[in-house]
Amino acid sequence: MSEVAATIEAAVRGSVTEEVLHAGELTIGVAKERLLEVARFLKGPPLSFALLSDVTCADFPERPGRFRVAYHLLSLASGNRLRLRVWAGADAPEVESVTSVWPTANWHEREVYDLFGVRFRNHPDLTRIMMPLDWEGHPLRRDYPLGGEEVQFTDAV
Amino acid sequence: MTPQEAVATLEAAHESRPGSRQPMIINLGPQHPSTHGVLRLITELDGEVIRDIHPVIGYLHTGIEKQCENKMYWQAITLVTRMDYLASFFNIHAYTAAVERLLELEIPERAEYIRVIMSELNRIASHLVWLGTSGLELGALTVMFYTYREREKALDLCEMISGERMNYRYFQVGGCSDDMPPGFEQRLRAFIDEMPARIDEYEGLLTENPIWVDRTKNVGVLPAEQLIDLGVTGPALRAAGVDLDLRKTTPYSGYEHFDFNVPLGTRGDAYDRYTVRIREMRESVRIIGQALDGMPEGGHIADDRKVVLPPRGELATSMEALIHHFKLVTEGFRVPEGEAYYSVESPRGELGCYVVADGSPKPRRVHMRDPSFVNLQALRPMARGSYLADLITMIGSLDNVMGGVDR
Repeated sequence: MSEVAATIEAAVRGSVTEEVLHAGELTIGVAKERLLEVARFLKGPPLSFALLSDVTCADFPERPGRFRVAYHLLSLASGNRLRLRVWAGADAPEVESVTSVWPTANWHEREVYDLFGVRFRNHPDLTRIMMPLDWEGHPLRRDYPLGGEEVQFTDAV
Repeated sequence: MTPQEAVATLEAAHESRPGSRQPMIINLGPQHPSTHGVLRLITELDGEVIRDIHPVIGYLHTGIEKQCENKMYWQAITLVTRMDYLASFFNIHAYTAAVERLLELEIPERAEYIRVIMSELNRIASHLVWLGTSGLELGALTVMFYTYREREKALDLCEMISGERMNYRYFQVGGCSDDMPPGFEQRLRAFIDEMPARIDEYEGLLTENPIWVDRTKNVGVLPAEQLIDLGVTGPALRAAGVDLDLRKTTPYSGYEHFDFNVPLGTRGDAYDRYTVRIREMRESVRIIGQALDGMPEGGHIADDRKVVLPPRGELATSMEALIHHFKLVTEGFRVPEGEAYYSVESPRGELGCYVVADGSPKPRRVHMRDPSFVNLQALRPMARGSYLADLITMIGSLDNVMGGVDR
């Protein structure tokens, strides 16, 4: 276990579920219930990841957790980067909002909600942001059709 | 409170208290020349003081991220150029470098230098558009004529090297599509020799211009801590004195070899953002000069036949090259399972690309962390309590490109 993961685990018991070091990037999987505690701990000293660069999500319909929300953090003091991953769950995916820790997450989480349908608990304004308010479905899910036109002819060689 | 709720609440309040002083709702945009694209601002006004604004975005949402999942890695490059259309080189730089990181592909040093040159040229061109349009919005029409004159030269250079004037598909996974054409270096040198005097011209028009100073000083100020909380990066953050430039903090593409300064402001108002960007253009000119002087020899693209198309000349003589070419074009290359987040310092801040690979020739997920999208969140706290006329200055000073905001 890396130093960062050990520090997080020591501060918030039972929070680190996995750790991946791939292509020079450190990824730490966090238990869904512990996300907010971990976020509060990461923002303060000693790690001080003050800047939340990005919140996004990827859809894995073939896996039990299905929606994997990713948080990219940057420490202004050391220039280190860290990625947190949380599995939101396949049916009624929901994650705790980190807007109270990093206000910048507001729009990012709205975007993930809009395009993936992952809900964020205690988010100040969880509405669609990219799509019209009356849009149905969540376009970035893998099972959402891409659209486009059927080929109109069949006698092509 | 959603925009719809805000409007409904205000209308209800207005009906219950006729004749009393009510805020007026003005809808600015989505089609307004001052919003730099299609941005809608529902503005609650008390006289000409802004009580609150509700930015509404998504009018330019193109679904590029969804389309990337159905394209091969090399095809998706064409799509990501279309996001932040004033800084296309940065989009493809972040994307291709993220894919290279997943492939663990080493790219030649010469390609890195060309990437740096084109990125900095693109930064100058982007800042020139920003300066011209911001000046235009505040009535300094001449500035736009001047900046677009130089931008045309920068675009000519981009066209010379990539064949395109806007959505450059010039960086590839593995390096650059082509080497610098003959005569390119001379023209680029002429451009950077001329540029400092031109920047002096813009400064002569604006820096001490009383109208410009009055309209921009102490406008759109937020404390540095709040800017960091809101995730603001780039010139808008550096104007507040925070020294965060990814070219320095996490150097990429060999930026650590170049000698340049990171311009900082003190007050964090629109005027500081203007001076920071002006000085950034000067630094970019310096970086291009150093890159041209130290340009290493070698290839412009990695020599990995599993990923990179073989040279065009070989197709006529080598069967193997033909097979490689056919395989790459029809099936693409497979990227091992994993994820990567690669960020570059775009003209607007941290532009990151998050690529999730699942071992197939198509990406499982491509996501762009666009600085315009994040920086726009700062507009609401910035604008509360200020004048409507200053709102235009603030939108301009944040330099949002709506193509990047909505993606």
